[in-house]
Amino acid sequence: MEWRWDFTFEILPRMLWATGNTLLAAGIGYLIALVVGLILMLGQRTPYRIVNFIVREVVEFIRSTPLLVQLFFVFFVAPQFGIKLTAWTSAMLTIGLHFGTYLSEVYRGALEGVPKAQWEACRALNFSTAYTYRRVVLPQAFPIALPGMGNYLVGIFKDTPLLATIGVAELMHTANALGAETYRYLEPYTMVGFIFLIISLPAAMGLRRLEAAVAKAQGKVKH
Amino acid sequence: MDTRHPQSLPDGSPLVRFADVTKSYGDLTVLDKLNLDIAQNEMVSIIGPSGSGKTTVLRVLMTLETINDGVIYVDGEPLTHMPSGAGLEVASESYLRQRRSKIGMVFQQFNLFPHMTALQNCIEAPMQVLGLSRDEAEERALDLLQMVGMDSKKDQHPTRLSGGQQQRVAIARALAMRPQVMLLDEVTSALDPEVIGEVLNVIRSLNSEHNLTMIMVTHQMGFAREISDRVCFFYEGKIAEQGSPEKLFEDPQNERTKQFLHAVLDAN
Ligand SMILES: Nc1ncnc2c1ncn2[C@@H]1O[C@H](COP(=O)(O)OP(=O)(O)O)[C@@H](O)[C@H]1O
Ligand SMILES: [Mg+2]
Repeated sequence: MEWRWDFTFEILPRMLWATGNTLLAAGIGYLIALVVGLILMLGQRTPYRIVNFIVREVVEFIRSTPLLVQLFFVFFVAPQFGIKLTAWTSAMLTIGLHFGTYLSEVYRGALEGVPKAQWEACRALNFSTAYTYRRVVLPQAFPIALPGMGNYLVGIFKDTPLLATIGVAELMHTANALGAETYRYLEPYTMVGFIFLIISLPAAMGLRRLEAAVAKAQGKVKH
Repeated sequence: MDTRHPQSLPDGSPLVRFADVTKSYGDLTVLDKLNLDIAQNEMVSIIGPSGSGKTTVLRVLMTLETINDGVIYVDGEPLTHMPSGAGLEVASESYLRQRRSKIGMVFQQFNLFPHMTALQNCIEAPMQVLGLSRDEAEERALDLLQMVGMDSKKDQHPTRLSGGQQQRVAIARALAMRPQVMLLDEVTSALDPEVIGEVLNVIRSLNSEHNLTMIMVTHQMGFAREISDRVCFFYEGKIAEQGSPEKLFEDPQNERTKQFLHAVLDAN
């Protein structure tokens, strides 16, 4: 089997369109996960014991089952209980929930990474709680959370091929379809791998740069 | 509701009063029915062995810790409690916020905000808590940074400052709130020997020129002796002995005080 450039260029428009869908899925999924993570983290930190307990159990449950199983559950099983969602909605919901549980841990760790002494300094200066979070705790927690947040962005991106299984027209799904139509698999799947590579690598590098820039803006690096 | 303590103190009362204050952590009693009055403009040093409750005295006064019994009064009104019926009840967070601004604290480890410059460290609270405009807050902060000799470093982040410089910024930050009483918890203990002097000089000037009421926990016996109006020796959560520096350092009465001073002076 030889690489065919004419075929490559022929399928390129469809592959690029699918790349758009992959990025869209990763982007929306990530945004939902960021918010879900925040809600779960707050749920674990509320003084209400019962809320605490429930949220912790839910997080534990979601984290101990594979994303693919959750995806199938939402898309194939839930309709049998009358909850019918489109492939896209199921995908975004599942990714949001699944990665939200991981992001809640990232947030929690970051908040705990801010020394207790910083809270006490705020109290001694009579800051309100809201102001303490806004001006002192969150700005210091953010750089701690950033690497984890970045890793999960790339992680979601690399997990989007799973969405092919429920028919979301992202890269993998498109490559599958092209293979089925033309019986050529070499070019479509190679292109999938290549596209993931050329997006992931600069993204990871960009994230490192962002981390360094934030650290520098906060005076952490001697310049 | 508790009616053992008055709802306010009569005129002419001390600026700070600890009335039978008890603080414990589980079974460990750290402050044991402590009674301590601090007069306006008084400079009181607290000395004593490690673990005797010195830091805790400052922390409960700063309301960083709640007390288990007794009442602390500041400026005639209760701090840890608030009026309720004919007696007192434990202060709410909003009541604490009103009363706490009379007190400022400087910590052993400085606790500056690392993501802010020296100047930003000093203007945040005056702007947010006292409602000063940025210009007013900066003017006040620059005056104070100049007083502590840090005006030339106003745009530096704490990581680029030495310990002594950080501690001087921390003092300016606390002063910017114009507290009536300043609490200093071993403010030179984390410093290299060569920069201790610069911080002590700032405290000296606060005492002599600004006549600020201060409570200072310290291991610097020479400094405590030089600067204090009164020295309190703490032992196991109680004031074992207190008096003028001359009296306490030269003619201690309590066996524990003598032992402590011997041990400390031998070590130096
Ligand atoms: N948060 C806490 N939990 C339990 N014990 C504490 C806590 N803070 C202080 N202690 C204990 O209280 C005692 C007095 O502490 P502290 O006031 O810091 O002493 P000092 O400043 O005189 O060395 C010590 O035995 C210390 O271990
Ligand atoms: Mg101490």
